[in-house]
Amino acid sequence: MKYRAIFLLLTLCCVTLPVAAQDARLAAGSAKDVVETACGMCHSLSYIPMNSRFMTPDVWKAEVTKMRTAFGAPIDDDAANEIIAYLIANYGVSPK
Amino acid sequence: MAGLGALASHPAGAATLPWLSPDLPDGTRAEAHLVKVANKSPLIQLSEHPPNLETPIQAFRSAITPNDQFFVRYHLAGIPEPKALEGWALELDGDAAEHPVRLTRQDLDDLPQSEVIAVCQCSGNRRGLVPAHVPGVEWGYGAMGCASWHGPKLRDVLARAGIRPEAVEIWFNGADYPILPVTPPFHKSLPMSKALADETIIATSMNGGPLPLLNGFPARLVVPGWTSTYWMKHLTHLTISKTPIDNFWMTKAYRVPAGMFPVAKPFPTQDNTATWPITDITVNSLVAAPIDGEQVDRSGVTVRGVAWDRGNGILRVDVSLDGGKTWRGAFLDRELSPYAFRTFSLDTGALPRGKVEIRARATSNTRETQPDVWKSNAAGYHYNVPQKLTVTVV
Repeated sequence: MKYRAIFLLLTLCCVTLPVAAQDARLAAGSAKDVVETACGMCHSLSYIPMNSRFMTPDVWKAEVTKMRTAFGAPIDDDAANEIIAYLIANYGVSPK
Repeated sequence: MAGLGALASHPAGAATLPWLSPDLPDGTRAEAHLVKVANKSPLIQLSEHPPNLETPIQAFRSAITPNDQFFVRYHLAGIPEPKALEGWALELDGDAAEHPVRLTRQDLDDLPQSEVIAVCQCSGNRRGLVPAHVPGVEWGYGAMGCASWHGPKLRDVLARAGIRPEAVEIWFNGADYPILPVTPPFHKSLPMSKALADETIIATSMNGGPLPLLNGFPARLVVPGWTSTYWMKHLTHLTISKTPIDNFWMTKAYRVPAGMFPVAKPFPTQDNTATWPITDITVNSLVAAPIDGEQVDRSGVTVRGVAWDRGNGILRVDVSLDGGKTWRGAFLDRELSPYAFRTFSLDTGALPRGKVEIRARATSNTRETQPDVWKSNAAGYHYNVPQKLTVTVV
């Protein structure tokens, strides 16, 4: 699934190199590479730690949804779920 | 991305900048670091792509912010290469334009020139300091600056295309661009009342020099009194339109609850019953000396900083040395412009040893004053409660 997501991203963005080199060190986790590819395509990864830790699961989910619907990030549902779970686990807080 | 030159990467184990506000999210404090980019002094980098660079607080001890210290804010990571801006021209058209026209830099220079000294402040300045953090670029105090802007009035430029009576908005965009073609490009608009206002210009120079690339070279809109979301950088296109613009950046982003903040010139074509577009800057002040957490001598210190508002001008700045129990009027330097930073100072005289909590509170000529409680809004705009800083008197 992870590889499918990355393949999709690379296919859709073949003319565009990811803008984010390893500018921020993200927490280890099984979805780290998916996050780096999907999020780093358009913006630095520093946006993630910068926005921590104060976002509840719903807020992280809304951010990922915004990236897909408002900004057109080519992330399929499975990759989005992986990304959301990673962000909640590593950069989120419990629901209030 | 293009045009920035080599940016330093975040050095492993870089220390948190000691003067960053403790009110910022912990993750922001860990991530923010000083970076030197081309033609700039070191600025606080919150993100590299797109570049979001904040001015260190020490710069706000004077009314004019130097070009090399001026903050940088982009939404989209595509920054035009200087080479791509050679042969730059400004296109004007639209269904409410008399005729399309293409203006060169020389055409702009040949129009009557204006100068306005005005604060350019990001709508989200101080977002990172709001009590319950909200997502976004977590700015501290420095997503703002004040410069002397020089160039033709927007209305004189628009007159070159001719404005039909049915025009309701001027749409505009610049040369920066999204990485993905599907991402909405950053296009904005102004109501006719602000587009035609005396103070609104197209700046081709800043503080007597060319605009730095990252501040909008070769021309940017200057919309005094309004937050800088309207101050389009690398301006390339003006559309004189019979209809309101309809895009993410106007109808979804940069909105505040309807009626929450005072407005001089309404934006009726973009209002709805729940929200209005953000427009006017709220009255505010910043103490830039001493710095929060600093040690000061018991013989006293001069508290100095800047105050500003949406163009009514600053009436007074009050300073408290006891956490807000009592206040003293600060000395105000000459007003450079109603839209500019107004510098203030107050000599404390001898201070008691121990912790002293300093606050400043500005009041405008229309008696708007910094509130004790922030008018909370979802995007974290207009955070203007009096800044609190604590110094240790030794």
